[in-house]
This record gives sequence, C-alpha cells and structure tokens, in this order.
Amino acid sequence: MKEELFASGRNIPNIDPYLNIWHWQIPLYLFLGGLAAGILFFAGFFFVRGKEAKMQATVKWAPILAPIALILGLGALFWDLKHKLYFWQLYTTIRLESPMGWGAWTLMIITPISILWVASYMKEIFPGWDWKFDILNRFEAWIIKNRVGLAWVMMIYSIILGVYTGILLSAFNARPLWNTSILGPLFLVSGFSTGLATTIWISNDAKERKTLSRIDLILIVIELFLIVHLFMGFLAGSQASIEAANLFLGGEFTVSFWIFVVLLGLIFPAVLETLELWGFHVPKWLPPVLILFGGLMFRFIIVEAGQITRYIY
Amino acid sequence: MQTRRKFIKISSIGIGATAFAGGMAKWVIGANSPKNVSIGPNSLATLKPVPTYCEVCFWKCAGWSYVDEKGDILKIVGNENDPHCDGRLCPRGTGGIGMYYDEDRLKTPLIREKKSDGTQYFREATWEEALNKVANKMKEVKEKYGPEAFGLFNHGNPGAHFEHLLRAYGSQTNAEPAFANCRGPRTAAYYSTFGADVGSPECTDIRDTQCLVLIGSHIGENMHNSQVQEMSAAIDNKATIITVDPRFSTAAGHSTFWLPIKPSTDIALIMAWIHVLIYDNLYNKEFVEKSTFGFDHIKEHVKTMTPEWAYGITDIEPDVIRKTARAMAGAAPAVVIHPGRHVVWYGDDTQRERAMAILSALLGAWGKRGSIYIPEAVSIPEYPQPEYPETKWNWKDLNEGKFPLATMGVTTELLKASIPRLNYKHQVKAWLVAGTNLPLSMPDKKLFKEAAEAVEFIAVMDTMPMEVTGYADVVFPEATYLERYDFLRSAQNRVPNIALRMPAAKPKYDSKPGWWIGKQIGERLGLHDYYNYNDFSEVIDWQLKKLGSSLEEMEKIGIKSFPRKSGPQYIADGEDYKFNTNTGKVELYSVDFADEGFDPMPVYTPHPEPPQNFYRLIYGRAPMHTFSRTSNNPNLWDLMKENSVWVNPKVADLWGLKNGQKVWLKNQDEAITSFPVSVRVTERIRWDSVYMVHGFGHSDKKLTRAYGMGASDEEMITNIAVDPIMGGTGMRGNFITFLKENPASKMKEDKA
Amino acid sequence: MRYAMAIDTKKCVGCSDCVVACQTENNVPHGYCRDWIVETVSGTYPSLDLEFRSERCNHCDNSPCVRCCPTGASHKVEGGIVLVTHNKCIGCGACIESCPYDARYPHPEGYVDKCTFCIHRVEKGQNPACVSVCPTQCLHFGDLNDPNSDVSLALKDRKWKVLAPEAGTKPQLYFLT
Repeated sequence: MKEELFASGRNIPNIDPYLNIWHWQIPLYLFLGGLAAGILFFAGFFFVRGKEAKMQATVKWAPILAPIALILGLGALFWDLKHKLYFWQLYTTIRLESPMGWGAWTLMIITPISILWVASYMKEIFPGWDWKFDILNRFEAWIIKNRVGLAWVMMIYSIILGVYTGILLSAFNARPLWNTSILGPLFLVSGFSTGLATTIWISNDAKERKTLSRIDLILIVIELFLIVHLFMGFLAGSQASIEAANLFLGGEFTVSFWIFVVLLGLIFPAVLETLELWGFHVPKWLPPVLILFGGLMFRFIIVEAGQITRYIY
Repeated sequence: MQTRRKFIKISSIGIGATAFAGGMAKWVIGANSPKNVSIGPNSLATLKPVPTYCEVCFWKCAGWSYVDEKGDILKIVGNENDPHCDGRLCPRGTGGIGMYYDEDRLKTPLIREKKSDGTQYFREATWEEALNKVANKMKEVKEKYGPEAFGLFNHGNPGAHFEHLLRAYGSQTNAEPAFANCRGPRTAAYYSTFGADVGSPECTDIRDTQCLVLIGSHIGENMHNSQVQEMSAAIDNKATIITVDPRFSTAAGHSTFWLPIKPSTDIALIMAWIHVLIYDNLYNKEFVEKSTFGFDHIKEHVKTMTPEWAYGITDIEPDVIRKTARAMAGAAPAVVIHPGRHVVWYGDDTQRERAMAILSALLGAWGKRGSIYIPEAVSIPEYPQPEYPETKWNWKDLNEGKFPLATMGVTTELLKASIPRLNYKHQVKAWLVAGTNLPLSMPDKKLFKEAAEAVEFIAVMDTMPMEVTGYADVVFPEATYLERYDFLRSAQNRVPNIALRMPAAKPKYDSKPGWWIGKQIGERLGLHDYYNYNDFSEVIDWQLKKLGSSLEEMEKIGIKSFPRKSGPQYIADGEDYKFNTNTGKVELYSVDFADEGFDPMPVYTPHPEPPQNFYRLIYGRAPMHTFSRTSNNPNLWDLMKENSVWVNPKVADLWGLKNGQKVWLKNQDEAITSFPVSVRVTERIRWDSVYMVHGFGHSDKKLTRAYGMGASDEEMITNIAVDPIMGGTGMRGNFITFLKENPASKMKEDKA
Repeated sequence: MRYAMAIDTKKCVGCSDCVVACQTENNVPHGYCRDWIVETVSGTYPSLDLEFRSERCNHCDNSPCVRCCPTGASHKVEGGIVLVTHNKCIGCGACIESCPYDARYPHPEGYVDKCTFCIHRVEKGQNPACVSVCPTQCLHFGDLNDPNSDVSLALKDRKWKVLAPEAGTKPQLYFLT
C-alpha cells in the first residue's frame, strides 16, 4: 500500500484537498467570451460576403448582445480577482507569454470594436436615433464607409478570443486535464457554435436560420470529433492524464458531462437541427437553448474538473 | 455521598461566540498575532533579543525572544552556544510565541462558588482574594492535619516554585508524573547497575556513536532537541542504527535495522542479545573483568535464552538477533543502548531497563566516547534561607513499604492517599497542582476523579484552562515563560553551563509569574525568611555573582559555560573508576534488587495479549506537540489539529474502516472515548496493535481550538500494571476495539 | 548566481520546524503555509520504506508561474528566486493554476504569496529561516554555481531527485535520497 500525505497539517483554503481557485466566474466568462466571439465572427463573415441584407439578425441584431456579453464577462472576471484595487496593472504591460495577458488585451480591443459595430447600426435598429453631436455623426459615417475593414478586424479578433478561451486553460500544463492542445480549437468551435445558436434563436428569417443551422451542424460534428480525440489523447498519456480522463469515464463528472454536455448540449440539438432542415417542425428556441446550456455546462465542468487533477500528491 | 467537586464545564456560549467571531475575523483578515495585517517578513536586525529558555517541554533549550518597539514578541530563535539546541529550536520552541498569544489563556484568578441550587461555577476574583483563600486553607490544613497533609503535583519551573513553597511550609508530600508515569524505571535500574542515573538531558553520546540501539524509543517523533540533532549527526557518521519497535516509527525509517518486535516481549530479545554476546564471546572482556560484578551469575542465567528461544516469543528471526548483536559488539564500546524516556509499559519495566543496562555493561559502553559520557552540571549556590523544616512523614511514607527503590514520589500513591475510603495511614487532604494536566496525564481516570472529589481543596496554577483547572477550588493564571523570571537553568551536560530566563514581555491579562504567586502565599503564611527578596531577579543576580557572572552579563549572552570540575567526560583507558554501587562495580547481578526480594537479573514474563477483536493500544509523541500542553497553541495547532488512530490495512479491511473515518474506541474495561477519532489506515503499525499520539481529545470547552479534536488515549488506559520495584504505572496493557457508531446515540436507541 | 536548496530525506524527521519558523519569520497567516512536509510510506509491513520531504516553492528555472502572470507581478530576480510584487498582483490566480507543485496560495490580503527563499535574509548573507532552524540540519541552501557552497557540497557524491521532472519546470529543490 502506498501512502502519501501532508504531515505538517497543510490545509490551505481553496488549495487543499483540491484546487478551487477559480469558481463560477471563470467558466461564465469563458462562456460569454466564446459566445461573443461566435456572434462577432459570423457578423463580420457574412458582412464581408455581402450577405448583410439576407442575414439581418446575424449582422445587425445579434451583435447587440456581444458587447453586453463581453462586459458581463469582464465584470465576472473582475469580481473573481482577489486583489481588485490593482486590476489596472493588467494594462500597464504586454506579456506575450501570458495567456491571461492576451485575454486582457484582446478583450480591451474587441469590446470597443463590437460597440462600434453595433453603434454603426444604431440608426437601423432604432429608427429615429440621433447622435446629437456632429462629431459622432461624422464618426458614424466613417465607420459605415469602412465597415469591411472593421469586419475583418472583428473576425480576426473573434478567432483570437475564441481560441484564447481554450488556450488559457491549456497553457496550464500543471493541471493534467487542461494539458492538451485540443482545448484551444475545441473552445473556439464551441464558442462559435454558441454564437450561432444565439443568432438562430433571435432570428425571424427562416432562410437565415437554415444557413446558420447548416454551419452549426458542421461545428457540432467537429466538436464531437475533438471531444473523442481529447479523451483518446488522455488515455494514451501519463497516469495523471489517465486519471483525469477517468473523472469522465466512471468518475464524478461522468453523468454531468455525457448527459448535459454531449447528449443534451451537442447530440440532441444536432438531431433537432437536422430534423428541422428536413422539414419537421421543431420549436425554434429548443436547439439553441440546449446548445447554450451545453456550452455553459461544458465550461463549468472543465474548469472544476481541471482544478481537481494534479500531477503530484 | 454528595460529590464535593464536580468538573465544571463552563458554558461556552458566550466564550464560544466571541471565539468564533474572533476566529472568523482572523480568518478574514488573516491575522497572525501580533499584527492584524501581515506585511512582509520580520527583520530580526531591528528587533531586541531577550534571553530565555523554553518551557514548552522540559528540554529547556536556551534562546532569544525577538521583541519589537511595541513590545510584541515576534520570533524565538535558539541560542547558538546552548548544547541543548545548538542555536536551533525544535518546532514547539519556535512555535512558543503561540503560548503567549493564545487568547484562550487564563486571564484572571478564578474561585469556585456554589449556587443555591447546588450547581458550581467559577467566578473571577482578585489576586488578594485568591491568594488569601489558598493561604488560609494551608493554615487550616496545617492546624487540623499537619502540613504534610497538603500535597503537590508538580512539573517544571512552575512546579519548582510551588515545591519551594511547600517545603518551606513543612511538607514533602509531592509527586511528579514524570517519575512513576514516565521515566522512573530507568532511574531505579541504572542506579542499581551503574550507580548513576542517565538523567535529563540524557548523557548519551549519540553524536559520536557507531551504533545506536533504540528500544521503543522514537527519537524523531520524540522531539528531544539535542537527541534528534545528535541522531542526525550519527546518520551522517554512518552509524548503525537498530530500532526495536512494533511500529515503523520515524526512527525505524532511518535505521539500518528495524526489528518489528511483538509488543511486550522486549525483555526476551535483550536477554537473547546478552546470550549471544556472552556465548559467542563478543562481550567486552576487559571492561567486564575489571569493572563488573556478577558475570558468572548472568552467564548461567541466560544459558537457555537463545535467539531461537527469543524468536518464538518476539517474532524476530534468530539470525537477525545474531546479526544485530554482532553489529553492537563490532562497534563497542561506542554503542548507545538508549535507556528510553517514557518506559512504563508492562509493570516489569525496571527489569527491562536493567536488561538494557546489563547489555550496555557487557559492551563496555559506559564512560566511553560514543556511549554514555559522564555529565556535569553547575552547582547553583543556594539563595540564603533557613533550612527547610523537618517533616513527620513524606512521599516515601505514602508508599507504605511498597516500591522500596522509588527515588521520587509516586503519583498514583498520592492520589490513593487522598481517598479516605482507601484508609491510607497517611492521608492527604489538599493539593497544589502546577505544571501538569493531571486528567490527561494520569492513567485510570476513575482513580483521579475520585481523588479529586475526595480531597478538601485544590489550587491549580496554569497558563491555560486545561482540564485540571476544572477540578480546582482556586485557579491561578500563570504568566508564560516568555513573561517571567525563573530559576537559573543548570542541567547536566558535556560542558557545565547555566542559562538565564528573563521576561521578554509584560505578563498578559492579569497573569503573574509563578515565583510571585509562591512568594505571596508564602508571606501570608509568615514564611518571609524563605522569600528574602522583592523580585526574583535579585535571587538570580545574587546567584550569578556568586558564580562569577551577573544578571547584566547574562542578559547579553544568555548562556555561560564553565570548565568541568569533576574530571573528564570519559573514563580513561586503564583508569580505576569507582562506580557508585554497593560493590563499587557495575552490577550485572543487582545486589539491591536481591536484597529487596526482586529478581536480581531480569526474567522474561509473558504479558496478557489482546482478546479477539481487540488491539493493543500503543501511544507516543508527535514532534510538533508537547502532548496536551500545546494542542491549543495556534502556531502548533496549524501543524496538527488532532490525532488519529493508526490501523493496519488488514485490520481496516476486516472492520470495513476507511481512511479518515471517525470511530469511537472502547477498551477491555468498557471505557469509551468521549470523542471520536479519525482512522489512519497505514502499513506502519502491526496488525495486533493500534497507535495514537498522546495529548488530544480535550474536554474543556475553553480551549477553543483543541476542544473535541481527536480522542484521548488516556481514557483508554484503565488497566495499570504496577511495577513493584519503584511504583511505575505500566500503561501498555490496554486493548481497544472499534465502535463505528456514536455510542451515545446507540444508548438512546437502546433506551427507546 | 543560482540559488537552490537540497533536502536530505535520509535525515528529515518531518518535525515541521521549517513550517513554524517560516510562519514566524514571514508572518504567514494561520491556516496557510509556504512550506510543508510530505510523508510517503511504501511497502507492506514489515518491509517498509518511509520518506519525509520538506517542500516549498521550487523557484524553477523554467517557471510557468512567471510566464503566465499577466501583470508581471510574478518575476525572477538575480539568483533565480521567484518573487511576487504585491502591488502588481491582481489576484487572478493564473499562477496558482500553473504551478504543478501547488506551492502558491492566495493570501487573505488579496495577492498571491509563496516561499521567497527568505530573500530578505539571503541578501544579508544569512540562510532562509527554515534552513537556519532545522534541528537535523537536513536543509542545505546556497549558490549552485559556487562549488563550495553548502548546497553544492551536499549534492556532491549523493543521489538526488526532483519533483515532477516531467513538468519541464527545472525545479531547484533537490531531494537527496
């Protein structure tokens, strides 16, 4: 029998017996970040493709939610800080090796961009909107003229944002569950999928929804594929990785992951979307709600389970 | 009969709430006394060092208390010139500041009062009241029964102050648990063999030894500072370390040989070693011929005690016995057969210690480098006072003829003499208690409770609201060692030395030093002649000046060494050394024992084994605690909050016990632990035994951190095997079984 | 200059003096610790092996905590000691997540804290508090680049191991076995 224990009574709050430094704020932030990334990417994408008129919700309406999500996410992140008064230190330095630093600066860039995007459509969203100040009207005109450039910037940064939410975790190779490069692409795809789901939910145009559903289906398949590879990688790795995988294959997260995330959050909505595409009547809100729920649960589970896994002790 | 004294469990609602709030505040603010905000490390360079010596245990390591401008003690560090610690305090000494900052400390004198409805409670009193009450009681007892009827349970410096008071008052009726409940047997055994005690700190030359033999001794968990340091040096020197222990102790983990002996069979093993040394001609012939008496007796005596015979008893294979005996012989005379510390196990402990002493003698391991050195202590001049008055009877008379070789009071006899129905010839009517927490240190709780309730008056001096204070009529809050002067330390060492203790801070709350309390009582008793000073520092200064130093000098250096006067610490080759025994030689055959009718040479007797479903209770120390004294210390509580019961995995499987599961323990006499204890499933313990660290399971709610944490092994020690030679209370003949459900709730179920 | 520590597991008895000394030296709040003792038992009675390790931040050469800090509060100073600048730390917890040794903890005051190799003592030529107090003298500290330093002499001719070498952090705590 092998025993390994702390003989000096170590029992640090939130560190022992399992790491629990990041609570609900971080998964919420990751979810909102991914959501905003998805919305903004497709907004830019379809605008650049010239489909602005056909994909109104995607290009104009859904992006309203993006800055809200980003600001809520930032708020959650700020709340999570334990030394809040010093949060501004984040913006006094650029540290290329720190994913958290990447996140801070990316958000600093993409939030104003998303606000600008939405602002440029204010007159279409709220007819009769008046900026009141001449300088703002001129600024608005300038943006509308340069929307393509803005869209490209938005697309690039939304990819960075989406990938970053995964890379943030995978950069911590001290936590075996996160120590895989699959997390980056997985979070990106998942984020885009949640973005699409939101847009599908608020869209009134059946044709638009069909286009988005097709893309979403592809994304869900990719996600499932990545999840399978995620576990295959863990099971082929070190003992710590195997134990991390076992949390989901018989351990305490088995039910919540496979039922809430995979079944309810991915497979079932995929089936529903397929049925919808084949002409069956499906409540419009059901697949998006399930996808959003699955996305949120996914991040909660990964953050909590990741902190439980460790290489030593 | 109406019980005179009920253990007062003070309602902890008020105390508990403040403690909880304070605790919460601490947790939120993260206060580590003294500051509320932790900013950066302490810079010792800016702090004032004050010399002291530690009182967290009896090793009394000298050190420096570092105090800041506000008068807060921030850190305690060892004195580099102190042989007890070599500048490195043990974890308890380093954590000593916790004693000072513990908010659960006794703050004011307390007097027991009875309400009209019969319930008893403590009320806060002034020093005047409390001192007067005790002094008056002492006068009363003197008139009614004679001063000898006032007894004392003592330990350490606090006890020493009260011992002085008691002797001046006219009583020698005192007993230290450290004798009959701890190290007594080795004193009797080594005196009768070598004519000298190993003493304290033990004069074992471990740092230069080539073979260290530990029989049950668990140095490393037993944090006797210089012993641990020297064992570390011995490991560096690649000394052979042989540990005999049914448990895989820390020492066993660092040993060359670990002999996982069956409990209670140690005498058989030691006699077999003696057999091998003699019959394989490995013993130190020169030493034996020149300096020992009784070789032929012992040779005949161990003829049949072969390793094969011992194997059947001890579970140690014969070739292991031979190999280890040869290792000892090869290293002789640089062998230390460690006499151990707490050695009251099975009632024949003096004989086991005798066997160890004989083994040492056969190896010539006395007075040689790497064995036992000849220690010397500085003789502190006695401050002028009249001779202590003669007493009509003393602690020895309490034994009523039993325990002829006891050299100090036997605590259990003092307890029994306090119980009128036991009809002792000399009866004890009242107690002073200082420096010991009797309810957790005395085996057989029923005996203690009956004695405490029978006695007319108890006055307790303590720094913390330990369980013993719950039995007192008057409680004196003593200032901790960091806040007071005390006797100059002069312990035996290789080089004689003295150490100064002076206060590093003012006494907190309304606590007072022990010398002051003793003096105040003494003066009320008219004993001014024995307290011919105003402040204890005068006594110390007088003594230091007589020794060629001064208080001023000692304040700067803390420790002062003196040249040896009694000769070198080792016996020279060929020297004609006279041992202080009847025969003038080392007695392999003990004349003293024979005279008193005891076996002159050790004999193995089998001891009772655990019945089915029961396991022998073995107990010991943890290096970060001094038993119950430190369980509430905030710094040390952080390291170990509670004890656990070590269970072998096979046993755990049998009982379905999981690591961390809480169980209650029940012993062979149906005693049940008051609190549950955590199970530790570990391979380190034999399947026929369980192990617990002593000193937990506090039942006094005023100890907010320690209350209810872990279980008290003492509650399970109801069967005492009395050593007829010196009165030692053998405690390891107790067996426990597991109760997986709360026995209290089960009783309710049974009633319903 | 490369500071490092060697812990002789053949001598450590797990007394935890290093833990208390660090606490009183550095005002570590109760309930938290910068260093700790790990006890490892292997085998079956009576063939057993016991090891005590005094562990703390490894002040890694390739420290993930310094890499991932978004504000630069976690930084390395000369000699390789990793420190946290309190008023730059925002308490985001990234460094805690990135440490494979779980050596960091969130201080109640908000910033992240850990062992500093007692740099305030090292700068004055003294040893860290834990090294100075250890009764078995099993802790060795010093400059690895100096062949005569305490730690270099301890590592000479002895077998040693580090914790989780596969994490690639190049830890500077060497356990003599």
